[in-house]
Amino acid sequence: MVNNGQDQNKSSQQDNFTEEKQDLAEISRKLEQATAEREAPSKLAAKIKQPPSNALGLAMRVSVEVLSAVAVGFAIGWVLDDWLGTRPWLMLVFLLIGGAAGILNVYRLALTLGGGEQNDETEGKSEINRDN
Amino acid sequence: MSAEKHSPLAQFEIKQLIPMRIGDFDASFTNSSLLMVLTVLSVSAFLILGMRKNAHIPGRWQSVVELSFVFIANLMKDTVGSEGRAYFPFIFTIFMFVLFGNLLGMMPYSFTFTSHIVVTFVMALFVFIGCTIIALIKHKMHFFTFFMPPGVPMYMAPLLIPIEIISYLSRPISLSVRLFANMLAGHTLLKVFAGFIMALGVAGIAPFVFVVALTGLEFVIAFLQAYVFAILTCLYLNDALHLH
Repeated sequence: MVNNGQDQNKSSQQDNFTEEKQDLAEISRKLEQATAEREAPSKLAAKIKQPPSNALGLAMRVSVEVLSAVAVGFAIGWVLDDWLGTRPWLMLVFLLIGGAAGILNVYRLALTLGGGEQNDETEGKSEINRDN
Repeated sequence: MSAEKHSPLAQFEIKQLIPMRIGDFDASFTNSSLLMVLTVLSVSAFLILGMRKNAHIPGRWQSVVELSFVFIANLMKDTVGSEGRAYFPFIFTIFMFVLFGNLLGMMPYSFTFTSHIVVTFVMALFVFIGCTIIALIKHKMHFFTFFMPPGVPMYMAPLLIPIEIISYLSRPISLSVRLFANMLAGHTLLKVFAGFIMALGVAGIAPFVFVVALTGLEFVIAFLQAYVFAILTCLYLNDALHLH
């Protein structure tokens, strides 16, 4: 009777042991899967390239890009005018250049959005080359 | 019950809590400073207390701390690459500071320091000057080719270089204005619609529902703008490290 009980105990222990091993294998498999998912860089990178879901946010980004460049152009022209004593003229010139810089900013923003395709950056470069 | 007290812009008023003067310079401790101190304290408490057990299997709090860490680490890996690792503490600090500032500003009777252009512009200026110095140290004089796109004919240079320089100088402005304008607009909108609730009586239920929905949206924006600020800082850092 005593012997029998011990045997049962032993076998159940063995069962526990194999179960534990299986559990560990399962856990390590899941861990590997999780780390592989984390290692994949494409997910977040793709998310950044996607256009923002709300149009208001995009409109806000574009308008801020244009306005900030125009403001910088205006400020540079104003300071140079003060310095050189050519009151309205350099301000007007730099206002126009600032506008061009604003359009450039928006162009760059549009390149990074690019509909989430892979080779939009190379496309953009070839576009520039073609213009030349 | 004067009209001034209910102005939707009254929430952005700077109040001196402890007046201080250094020479002619007004260095008072204001409600804005108080919220910044609270933000730094709560970020520190969140991170340090969250990691105090440093367990192999994290609890709820610790996993949130680890999640925020991994979130920024992945963001940097995707945008800057492995070279950006040295700048992780800076980006992480900026992200947590802006995020907690935005979230603390969502509490009733609180103050949102990110809705002030001074605060966001100084942060953006630090990022801008820092990135420029990093680029100058790393690329020396080669940095100035950044303003001359490759493959452009020489006769275009007098026009293109000012455009590129203005485009470069506009970065801190667009970076700061985006955060500031979002927070300012959101909080003003909340107050304006909250003002309609009492004015409309029973029909005030409609703006009330709207304010509840808007509050949820504001929490999303609070997170999103901190994220955008961190991403753009990463992109500028990437430009500084790799130029084109």
